[in-house]
Amino acid sequence: MSSSAIFVLDLEGEVLICRNYKGDVDMAEIDRFLPLLMQHEEEGLLCPVLSHGKVHFMWIKHSNLYLVSTTNKNSNASLVYSFLYKIVEVFTEYFKELEEESIQDNFVVVYELLDELMDFGFPQTTDSKILQEYITQEGAKLEVGKSKVPTTVTNAVSWRSEGIKYKKNEVFIDVIESINVLVNANGSVMSSDIVGSIKLKTMLSGMPELRLGLNDRVLFGLTGRDKGKTVVMEDVKFHQCVRLSRFDSDRTISFIPPDGESELMSYRINTHVKPLIWIESVIEKFSHSRVEIMVKAKGQFKKQSVANNVEVRVPVPSDADSPKFKTSTGQAKYVPEKNMVVWTIKSFPGGKEFLMRAHFGLPSVENNELEGKPPVTVKFEIPYFTVSGIQVRYMKIIEKSGYQALPWVRYITQSGDYQLRTNV
Amino acid sequence: MTDSKYFTTTKKGEIFELKAELNSDKKEKKKEAVKKVIASMTVGKDVSALFPDVVNCMQTDNLELKKLVYLYLMNYAKSQPDMAIMAVNTFVKDCEDPNPLIRALAVRTMGCIRVDKITEYLCEPLRKCLKDEDPYVRKTAAVCVAKLHDINAQLVEDQGFLDTLKDLISDSNPMVVANAVAALSEIAESHPNSNLLDLNPQTINKLLTALNECTEWGQIFILDCLANYTPRDDRESQSICERVTPRLSHANSAVVLSAVKVLMKFMEMLPKDLDYYGTLLKKLAPPLVTLLSAEPELQYVALRNINLIVQRRPEILKHEMKVFFVKYNDPIYVKLEKLDIMIRLASQANIAQVLAELKEYATEVDVDFVRKAVRAIGRCAIKVEQSAERCVSTLLDLIQTKVNYVVQEAIVVIKDIFRKYPNKYESVIATLCENLDSLDEPEARAAMIWIVGEYAERIDNADELLESFLEGFHDESTQVQLQLLTAIVKLFLKKPTETQELVQQVLSLATQDSDNPDLRDRGYIYWRLLSTDPVAAKEVVLAEKPLISEETDLIEPTLLEELICHIGTLASVYHKPPSAFVEGSRGVQHKRLPGSAGSGESVESPDPGAAATETPPAVIPSQGDLLGDLLNLDLTPTTTTGPPPPTTSGMQMGAMDLLSGGLDSLLGGDIGGNPAMGAAFGAAPATMPASFNAPGSGGLDDLFDLGGGVGMPMGALNPPKAVWLPAMKAKGLEISGVFVRRAGVIQMEMTLTNKAMSVMTDFAIQFNRNSFGLAPAGPLQILTPLSPNQSIEPLNNLQVAVKNNIDVFYFSCQYPISMLFVEDGKMERQVFLATWKDIPNDNESQFQIKDCHLNSDAASNKLQSSNIFTIAKRTVEGQDMLYQSMKLTNGIWVLAELRVQAGNPNYTVSSVALAIGPIINQNGFENGFTNQAL
Repeated sequence: MSSSAIFVLDLEGEVLICRNYKGDVDMAEIDRFLPLLMQHEEEGLLCPVLSHGKVHFMWIKHSNLYLVSTTNKNSNASLVYSFLYKIVEVFTEYFKELEEESIQDNFVVVYELLDELMDFGFPQTTDSKILQEYITQEGAKLEVGKSKVPTTVTNAVSWRSEGIKYKKNEVFIDVIESINVLVNANGSVMSSDIVGSIKLKTMLSGMPELRLGLNDRVLFGLTGRDKGKTVVMEDVKFHQCVRLSRFDSDRTISFIPPDGESELMSYRINTHVKPLIWIESVIEKFSHSRVEIMVKAKGQFKKQSVANNVEVRVPVPSDADSPKFKTSTGQAKYVPEKNMVVWTIKSFPGGKEFLMRAHFGLPSVENNELEGKPPVTVKFEIPYFTVSGIQVRYMKIIEKSGYQALPWVRYITQSGDYQLRTNV
Repeated sequence: MTDSKYFTTTKKGEIFELKAELNSDKKEKKKEAVKKVIASMTVGKDVSALFPDVVNCMQTDNLELKKLVYLYLMNYAKSQPDMAIMAVNTFVKDCEDPNPLIRALAVRTMGCIRVDKITEYLCEPLRKCLKDEDPYVRKTAAVCVAKLHDINAQLVEDQGFLDTLKDLISDSNPMVVANAVAALSEIAESHPNSNLLDLNPQTINKLLTALNECTEWGQIFILDCLANYTPRDDRESQSICERVTPRLSHANSAVVLSAVKVLMKFMEMLPKDLDYYGTLLKKLAPPLVTLLSAEPELQYVALRNINLIVQRRPEILKHEMKVFFVKYNDPIYVKLEKLDIMIRLASQANIAQVLAELKEYATEVDVDFVRKAVRAIGRCAIKVEQSAERCVSTLLDLIQTKVNYVVQEAIVVIKDIFRKYPNKYESVIATLCENLDSLDEPEARAAMIWIVGEYAERIDNADELLESFLEGFHDESTQVQLQLLTAIVKLFLKKPTETQELVQQVLSLATQDSDNPDLRDRGYIYWRLLSTDPVAAKEVVLAEKPLISEETDLIEPTLLEELICHIGTLASVYHKPPSAFVEGSRGVQHKRLPGSAGSGESVESPDPGAAATETPPAVIPSQGDLLGDLLNLDLTPTTTTGPPPPTTSGMQMGAMDLLSGGLDSLLGGDIGGNPAMGAAFGAAPATMPASFNAPGSGGLDDLFDLGGGVGMPMGALNPPKAVWLPAMKAKGLEISGVFVRRAGVIQMEMTLTNKAMSVMTDFAIQFNRNSFGLAPAGPLQILTPLSPNQSIEPLNNLQVAVKNNIDVFYFSCQYPISMLFVEDGKMERQVFLATWKDIPNDNESQFQIKDCHLNSDAASNKLQSSNIFTIAKRTVEGQDMLYQSMKLTNGIWVLAELRVQAGNPNYTVSSVALAIGPIINQNGFENGFTNQAL
């Protein structure tokens, strides 16, 4: 179905740890993986699926590790990649960081986890919070011999255990919107969209039933209410705790939340938004002598709002030298290893306009290597504000013990994939 | 304290030490020792010697220790099958442990121990676990059935586990249902005919209920299983779709893709005028677009699948062009896939945007990406007619950049644009010609040569341009050589006066100096065409070409349907059916989309403009096809009456053709001593090399005898030698020769004459591949040097290359077909009669043999000496009818009817060829030859 075996390799292709699930692919085949990868990379044909004879390798890379799944069947490829990323997530929650050292330092737990995460190529329990209830790093705990399968593992609610208790019942809701923009060299916006995400930090006792109300236009259309601004969500994705069929029938977002932090939902909005920070750049390259850069940044959002930690990253040729900067605000810094100038503005009020000039020398001997045309990228964060205007109307919390709980909501807008192409 | 300390012991006596520690009384020490063993195992050391000691630690109430021992067992049980039995008792015991975690662990591990001896001990524990009260144990046991089935399918069937597994589909716990479905699907996949998953509306309902409650992975198992179901009617189809669509909102991309698979399949059954059908189409786009925000590997899988979906249902994503625009930091594999989809979505409405993007990409640095972007511009021109002009000017801009690979790529696509819009953009040819020198890739060179040849009349110096390519003819790749040959012939047909020399030159380069059979064959064809009928040559070579269409790169519709059924899987990533890359899946039925409900008609694509299923896409005929056409023309036997039946295969045609010539020469040769018998192929003029080697026939090692002096049977044909290689062409070496058949052996007799001034030595001979697989039985034996004006004879053997100290000479000579008639060619009377009747008239050909003054009996005797056997004779209205059979060395039987009218010197022959036994089967050939040589 999916994986015959899972391998964790270091960057030299050495197996750090592996688990054979099905036994239908020779475990020695993994030795071919890295040479194959190298060969594809050299030919410029790098691909997430590699094959050698009848063996197919599906792989991802994480820090200094390769996670590889082998198969000789017509596996469900999307399941395999989802699963590999899930492994990364689980291991990261267990070991803080997933890297070569953490695998070696915890090999006993890693084996236990691999045993629990997948059986005969079928992914099983992959919720790290639940796994942590019966697979722990301190072996001592288990020695009592008392450990039981948490009923949660096979429950319909497989993401939350029973018997959770908090003195103060609270839930924190973060609404985070990321702006993706692609602007052409001539200044026209090629594509822009908003990817929103609603994150929860749940500190609630027992098994609470939650209902989240948003100013969703479809919902308002269904219920016939039409007050104030509504938002059209192009596509919505939910955490597995949300009852999808209920949402499908009456747009109600109802769920029993996982304990602690989780991403409840994400959504995509296609409405064309004005790029919040507009960049005009003029990059003039005088071969063999110098590069002159002029960047103008303009805050195209409400005057009351302030963008924090704004970073405008401007590409420069790899052989540029002796940087000189002049800025109307903030600081510019040359980062040679990334071939860019980073202009940082700690606080950028809406409606304002700032300027940065940079001057670089170029060697008289020209660099023969062709260089790409990296775009200008921008990073920023604007608190207390969502571009789409999405709002949490209510969060109803009902638990059979009848406690009162408080929801806290916070809005942030930030840059996502924010690229402006240059003409050099 | 971390586990890394366990990796540090690398001393020599390690195994001994570990052994002692494993047998220690102290629990803690034991556990530490097992950890060390596992650590060694992890780094690839062989610790199988410790098997008994580790298994002894199995009985423990320490769960962590137990897990480690189990892990060890899984790894080494196979190498120690006898000792693995030791573990059975503990497994059985553990399966009854009060702790479900241990029960599940035991049943899970048991299934991973792939030792035959053990399996039967596992049946009882497994049976119990399948009925365990704890769902955690049941779901683990369900998977164990699949494991056991993989090791011993019969056992699983005999024990009735499959039925138990099917019962678990109705289990109250969704996780158990999901695993049971997964296990059953896995088993069904390896046993396609087992009808294990006999899905019916009841089970489907259970699955759909479990779908709402199980984990994300369970949802995938269930959705993948649902995709195999074929609903009874459109209403059931719709109700399943309605219950599956909520899955499109799942955060896990794999769940989304599996849901898309089910929907894409079941949608086929919905009537297109149904409101719900439109709703469903609209629901599919957003989740597909969102997949592009996933991790790059998942994006890649999604894009490969979107590529399929766009081909099947273009309307779903037709407004989503922008999301496929390439981002600077996309991995290259994502960029290339996006580009492909952009072209598929390109339409008049969005072409301006697309072109602007493509032009941007064409100035990037990644060579593969840039190439594909340039190519994409060409594809847009072909796809969207209104944009062609803009595309061409964009391409011209790119050519001005003078970036080598950009220029080459642009020329390749401009060639295609010319094919699509003839007589529209030829004004750019001048610009293209300026870049002639920078082309170093075969594809670009071939494209440029094609353009020069095709528009030779508009390019003043076309002859010079082509001549410049000709200088390095032998260093070019085949692609370029073939194109150059054709281009020069085109040029010659358009401007015959100035280019005669050039065409001579290229024809002789292609036919005489090349080892490539394709090139040579094409050369000969042109040569013959030009020398026999220039008008016909013009019609053939300068024929109007079919226009190429945008659809040439679409996936073939039946394959597309199959791939849609495999959305999300490797097959959909490779765009290949599973049978192409999975072993043992050949017998598996290819998945098909269900037909539309009610009407029973084949599925209609709602958008006629992009209906790949309706009109088979016009494909540009490859050069091979063109060659095939020409060959067919040539093969029309000039001596037969009536056109050749279109149903006969080329092989049979050839046989008949050969036959006519063969008979001609056999009969004629003896009587009139007809010297022109070399022209057995009909109309080939004497100046032409008269041999055509059927391309692609297998070269076989055949046994020939060199024995030259064997006595000839009485009456055997002994035709005179013909000049095969004139001295002028071979630096003074003249070769004449003839073929004869003596004592069941085909012989080629040659006379080599040295007409040069110097001595020739070091003779050798080689044959090219040919239809009947003739090859020399031994080396050419010329012991004495050949001094000037001396000739040696006779020499035995056949055909093409003769080498001496001066050079290698190529020539071809005709062997009469009668050489190939074998001695056992006499067919049983009854068989003959039955066969004769069974042969369709189409297979028959007729011709006349003129000026033959023999009576029927004499002719019969004469022919018999050449292995043409008379089976029967009857006289009708003063005509003698001789029924004859002959068998070729490759096992083809030929039956003939010879009509002899007393007093009339002309015989009429009706002949038919039929294959008894495999024609193409190599063994057949070989056996035929070996038998005969013995």
